[in-house]
Amino acid sequence: MKKFKKVMSLTLVAAMTMALLAGCGGSAETAAEGETSESEAVETSVAGEGFKIGAIGPSTGGAAVYGLAVKNGAELAIKEINAAGGINGYQIEYNFQDDECDNEKSVNAYNTLKDWGMQMLVGTTTSGCCIAVAAESANDNMFQITPSGSSVDCIKGNDNVYQVCFTDPNQGIATAQYIGENAVASKVAVIYDSSDVYSSGIYEKFAAEAANQSFEIVSAEAFTADNKTDFSVQLQKAKDAGAELVFLPIYYTEASLILTQANSMGYTPKFFGCDGLDGILNVENFDASLAEGVMLLTPFAADAQDDATKSFVSAYEAAYGETPNQFAADAYDAVYIIKAAVEKSGVTPADSVSDICDKMKAAMAEISVDGLTGEAMSWDEDGAVNKAPKAMQIINGNYSLIQ
Amino acid sequence: MSFISYLINGISLGSVYAIIALGYTMVYGIAKMLNFAHGDVIMVGGFTIFFAVSMQGLPPALGILLAVILCTLLGITIEYIAYRPLRQAASSLAVLITAIGVSYLLQNLALLIFGANTKAFTSVVTIPAIKLADEQIIISGETIVTIISCIVIMIGLTLFVNKTKAGQAMLAVSEDKGAAQLMGINVNATISLTFAIGSALAAIAGMLLCSAYPSLTPYTGSMPGIKAFVAAVFGGIGSIPGALIGGIVLGIIEILSKAYISSQMADAIVFMVLIIVLLVKPTGILGKKIQEKV
Repeated sequence: MKKFKKVMSLTLVAAMTMALLAGCGGSAETAAEGETSESEAVETSVAGEGFKIGAIGPSTGGAAVYGLAVKNGAELAIKEINAAGGINGYQIEYNFQDDECDNEKSVNAYNTLKDWGMQMLVGTTTSGCCIAVAAESANDNMFQITPSGSSVDCIKGNDNVYQVCFTDPNQGIATAQYIGENAVASKVAVIYDSSDVYSSGIYEKFAAEAANQSFEIVSAEAFTADNKTDFSVQLQKAKDAGAELVFLPIYYTEASLILTQANSMGYTPKFFGCDGLDGILNVENFDASLAEGVMLLTPFAADAQDDATKSFVSAYEAAYGETPNQFAADAYDAVYIIKAAVEKSGVTPADSVSDICDKMKAAMAEISVDGLTGEAMSWDEDGAVNKAPKAMQIINGNYSLIQ
Repeated sequence: MSFISYLINGISLGSVYAIIALGYTMVYGIAKMLNFAHGDVIMVGGFTIFFAVSMQGLPPALGILLAVILCTLLGITIEYIAYRPLRQAASSLAVLITAIGVSYLLQNLALLIFGANTKAFTSVVTIPAIKLADEQIIISGETIVTIISCIVIMIGLTLFVNKTKAGQAMLAVSEDKGAAQLMGINVNATISLTFAIGSALAAIAGMLLCSAYPSLTPYTGSMPGIKAFVAAVFGGIGSIPGALIGGIVLGIIEILSKAYISSQMADAIVFMVLIIVLLVKPTGILGKKIQEKV
């Protein structure tokens, strides 16, 4: 009996250590799975009168805000296109699958969509899942456009995958340039999530570009997915190092905690973030005054005054009862980018998945799309988007464009 | 100066772990099972206070009372529906798996009811921060309340277990369930009481956790729950002072390793220390060695 207990306790310890490690290295392993159903799915797509567009994202779980935004944004665009007569006269059928922000479930969702007869994929929403699914879609030569999977690994080596959002390195570089060129601060601290490709990807490029800029990184502290409630240490170090600006290439949930904790310890630097910070004002019951003055580079602001944004926001609010965030705008754009590429290439739903993808790839190199998240968006060979970043600042509880 | 700040933060974090760890350690000591759903009861407590105080504008004291009552009922219900039928019939492994199941059930129910959006918890603590040494050290009101609550709960619980009949019954059940039953102790009622106390503490832990780290999601309780479980094992599972020591030591190790070794290695270091402690002293710091008859 005693022996059993010992074995049991060791097993538990081992299991817990494994769980810790698994958090770090989970992304690559799932890529190899789910290749079995590949052959039969390609055939099923031949029949049918409309284009079948699938989308994948987390509609439940911790990242559900993003997944739901993508689901709704894409749906809104598709409804508009269908109401206006479809693409080249073909209606669009739409199917969204939940992946719970889990790589393996994302690949499963991809396979489910293939069985349904998907011909183009809007997704996936998060970078980790996108990398796993892109490996699959590259095998199938399925046209894929991710609204928000911003890691370089989503598109690297997969010539069928395109991005609507900036890649992480571009965000890091653009931020460093912005801070340097506008002389926002001379001493900068960074707090990033080392267990997340998005966050660490931005940080690495930011640090590299900072060397060419007029400011200095005085403190760079990380946290991990399992240790993201207490930021007192990271903030204390930034404060001790005399940082005037804290760069937060992280998601808004943690950022809202950081702002609160900085406030309670009496530390008031400037805060600067990337698109992951978009949504901080939607945190229920969050004291928006803490976010006052926070700057971020993000491609979309719901209170922008151009007509396209205004009509999108009012249609979205009418349909889903909430203000759209950047992810919804990215997904909305993704559908219109597909429309532009289909019109350019002249593909029809009767073409095979692989033919559609090849023709669309050729079209993507030529088209330029004006969307909500950027004017004259174009794509390079890798599938990365070219568009100008916009710097926003939170003033009086609203995002406003810094001119 | 920074060192003192780190130490205070560590004790504060550790105090939250300690209060959560009490729930694990009491249930383990008496029912001999690991209640993995404990962390999620904390989350339910947090949401109750959030809706009562932040949304409905009730006074904080009433909100806390409401959370304590709700969590107590929840704890008793979980025990009655999910654990009790398995206790006699099945192996301890089945109860463990059920507990994990309950944990996921609570998380996903919360996701369904409250949604995935992060909610910012308004701190229910109104005590102002103490500023020492020319504002070099700032001790927040939350930290003070957390540490004081932790001490009060420890003393109260120790007195309860040692001085009251119900507490003595708990001790008896933890020693030998069969013999306790023969002596006329209602074992099932005692275990229910344990769950009730553990869950009431979870509500208070939820309040403290969310006040100090004001973000609330359906997953808020899960990681602190696991850390507190580690703290309970660390201090010696089944021992009330062990939970206190385990929790505070764990909190301090976590913060100091973040501060002086690496902010991203903190968890790895914490778990490494756990493994080493268990290798040297398999029953934890204050754990009793129990002779088992085969």
